[in-house]
Amino acid sequence: MIKIAYYPGCSLLGTAREYDESLRAIVKKMGIELVDVPDWNCCGASSAHSLDHDLSVALPGRILMQAESLGLEDLVVPCAACYSRLMMARHELMEDAALKARVCEMTGMEFRGTVRPINIIEFLQKYSDTFTDKITAPFDKDVACYYGCLLVRPPKVTNFDRPEDPRSMDEIMSLLGSKPVEWDFKVECCGAAHSITRAGLVGKLSSKIIGNAVHRGAQAIIVACPLCHSNLDMRRNFINKAAGRKYDIPVLYITEAVGLAMGIGEKELGLHRHTVKVRYPEKVKVEAEPRPKAAAATKPTPAAQTEQTEEA
Amino acid sequence: MSRIGVFVCHCGENISATVDCAGVAEAMSRVPGVVHSVDYKYMCSDPGQTMIKDAIKEKKLDGVVVSACSPHMHEPTFRRACAEAGLNPYLCEMANIREHCSWVHEKSEATTLKAIDLVHKMVEKVKKNQPLYSIKVPVTKTALVLGGGIAGIQAALDIANAGHKVVMVERSPSIGGHMSQLSETFPTLDCSQCILTPRMVEVAQHPNITLYTYSELESMDGFIGNFKVRIRKKARCVDEKLCTGCGLCTTKCPTKKIPSEFNEGLGMRSAIYVPFPQAVPNKPVIDKTQCTFFLKGKCKVCEKVCPTKAIRYDQEDEIIEVDIGAIVLATGFNVLGAEHFPEYGYGRYRDVIQGLQFERIASASGPTSGAIRRPSDGTEPETIVFIACAGSRDEAKGIPYCSKICCMYTAKHAMLYKHKVHHGKAYVFYMDIRAGGKMYEEFVRRAIEEDDVKYIRGRVSRIYEEDGKLIVKGADTLLGHQAIEIRADMVVLASAAVANDGAEELAQKLHVSYDPYHFFAEAHPKLRPVETNTAGIFLAGACQAPRDIPETVSQASGAASKVAALFSQSELTREPVIAVVNRIAPPLYSTCTGCALCVPACPYQAIEMEEIKNRDGVVVKRAAKINPGLCQGCGTCVALCRVKAIDLQGFSNEQVFAELMAL
Repeated sequence: MIKIAYYPGCSLLGTAREYDESLRAIVKKMGIELVDVPDWNCCGASSAHSLDHDLSVALPGRILMQAESLGLEDLVVPCAACYSRLMMARHELMEDAALKARVCEMTGMEFRGTVRPINIIEFLQKYSDTFTDKITAPFDKDVACYYGCLLVRPPKVTNFDRPEDPRSMDEIMSLLGSKPVEWDFKVECCGAAHSITRAGLVGKLSSKIIGNAVHRGAQAIIVACPLCHSNLDMRRNFINKAAGRKYDIPVLYITEAVGLAMGIGEKELGLHRHTVKVRYPEKVKVEAEPRPKAAAATKPTPAAQTEQTEEA
Repeated sequence: MSRIGVFVCHCGENISATVDCAGVAEAMSRVPGVVHSVDYKYMCSDPGQTMIKDAIKEKKLDGVVVSACSPHMHEPTFRRACAEAGLNPYLCEMANIREHCSWVHEKSEATTLKAIDLVHKMVEKVKKNQPLYSIKVPVTKTALVLGGGIAGIQAALDIANAGHKVVMVERSPSIGGHMSQLSETFPTLDCSQCILTPRMVEVAQHPNITLYTYSELESMDGFIGNFKVRIRKKARCVDEKLCTGCGLCTTKCPTKKIPSEFNEGLGMRSAIYVPFPQAVPNKPVIDKTQCTFFLKGKCKVCEKVCPTKAIRYDQEDEIIEVDIGAIVLATGFNVLGAEHFPEYGYGRYRDVIQGLQFERIASASGPTSGAIRRPSDGTEPETIVFIACAGSRDEAKGIPYCSKICCMYTAKHAMLYKHKVHHGKAYVFYMDIRAGGKMYEEFVRRAIEEDDVKYIRGRVSRIYEEDGKLIVKGADTLLGHQAIEIRADMVVLASAAVANDGAEELAQKLHVSYDPYHFFAEAHPKLRPVETNTAGIFLAGACQAPRDIPETVSQASGAASKVAALFSQSELTREPVIAVVNRIAPPLYSTCTGCALCVPACPYQAIEMEEIKNRDGVVVKRAAKINPGLCQGCGTCVALCRVKAIDLQGFSNEQVFAELMAL
């Protein structure tokens, strides 16, 4: 059995319980064992790095050091914010010897850099063989893959996918039998933690994301971040208020989609915990929409061939 | 006993800030054989050189060591000074205590000790130096100009008008380059075609210029004055001698839906085509990747309609060999491709175009005959957004440099649009406006003030389509980082200028160095801007760095004058740093055993076997012989020779060991 270190982070025990549940459900079928990082702590999230730089590295740094004790290489981190903090900490600890010395002193532990955090997309990419052969109920929906801000950025640190127009999640969804739609707000800001203090603002920002996904014909939005999910799902009343219309498009964690495709029950995947009921709107015929030249977008336009100006 | 002079340079403070120069000079004065040792602030200056010359005469020096900068910088300077004082220039050596010592170390005693070591070993080397005499090689007075854009055209015409032969090679079917695609040119708004096409014709008709279009450089051998170049003339499938350029084949060709390269994909061309009506030469080419005959084996319409029977389907690539004395690289640039701008929807939305495409739209010879129409539906755009620095100055796109031409052509584009669509709105998103150049700043001000182009300082984060409009999301950083959205009909990206396709490969073929972005590197950024580090190869235009037309033309003329200066001599003087096979008195004649292992090892084919005959003409020995004209002094044969019969002049084994023993 493949063993992988696992850092759930606080969201997966709280607002994003279904993310944790669905992940654990799918890995069971995939034949992978998740080993929790022993005695893990808070990653520091936005709070630590807006207050104290050393602390913002020391907190995730300690998680990495704890994970090193497991002797495993990959550390799967489903929360995009945790992933970002862990990647950033690892990057800084590898680059800055003085900082590393300070952090090691704060934690009283040694940092060796043997563990590499991977996000859920990288995890599913790497182990796609273990679920593609178990797909019994293809997730036959038009989906908008929403990456959010932290999964692919900053590119220097994450070194994963294209920062402005990522494709990796779309590729995984294709494996599940979905048709990813071409849409515009894959990495747009959802409002993030402003959800607590300025829910109206989050409603406005998130309504643009939902609006564009619906406009492009998506039947579901697929996410890989607890905060994205809570903003697009739990804040749907603020979104509807900002948009002046009612959206009923469901927002699914990618792990839930994988689980559904593998035939795992909705309850086991935690779908009943969503605020917006998981019911898919009708498929939209994109071609029939009164958007001129929408069809041209999928074909190679002459403009796309300008690079061949010089024959050589 | 040697009489050596040591001259320690301070290089202003470059050396003296970390090295005790007087201490070095003093230490050297105690080395046996050194009769004169001094230090001075600027040894390369006139008084410095005079010091050396005077010392040679007064102290009867038979060897000179100048400890200063890299020999790459000033060896010729000091050797010339020595020669003027009557000393063989190859008895002068340089010890590099700047790049190899003072620049890379802190001020300390160890630094000075290292400098002393570096100078000392050169002193020991000079003791073993032999007088050498420079080699004369003939010059082939024909220049090769690679690239037929404005840079190549200017260089070729200047060289040809100086009375020398020029061979011009252009890989596309016509010369003219990017300049022929432009509508108007800044800052005067004069028509690009009107000033370029007469020059194109001049190139084609010039008695001194041989033009090979649709051709590429295959390989290059040799050295300055004596290059051997092979050119691949790709099969046009048209007999150029018979073709009259009537154009019947291109109008009758049934395959007509091929995006035209000249029109940047905005217009269509046929499979047999002339890139544009003013093309030089005005002879069509069959695009084998699109032609129905080549794909499916039947059609041959062009052959049937050709009145002069000039179509040759079986034509093959031809390899042409030419002897060349100098090469001018003028291979131009390209613009950053669509795949780099997913956030701007370039390649996805047809109305998001790049600068060269806008040039074609604005050009009278373009697909819309100069009327501003957007590509998707042919309507007149009411609002256009221009985005400067699309890719340029953006580390995330891997292009930290400024593309230099975009500020000006974006102002020009906005202006041309406003001149044609008076009620239209033009917005320019910019980072900084870089308008350094004669009448350039005035030109930009004119766009802003007279033509009412709205300049917004900020970047665009995203472009997406909504209800047939392109929503441009950006920030105005001068109005408190305000987020703004513009509903535009068309967006023009001033895409970064990048090195042309195949630049790296070409540089490697020609042994020319290039920068991390594959632009060719000049020999010195300030003082030798048109030369490369390979003697006899010069640079013109945007293959070196992004350039506008005036700069390109002046650089091309500069390169041409360098070539003309080279061709003004009947013989070239070459450094005698070459390998020699020893010749000694009979009965041995040479220690070479004639094994001939060195012959295939030589990368320059400079070694052949020679028969040594005695007075009666009887062959007494076979020994290797090195052609001094071909030898590049790489030393491969020296290392390989089993009996040590070969030595490199100026770097003989004896000299190198003397250096090592001094350490």
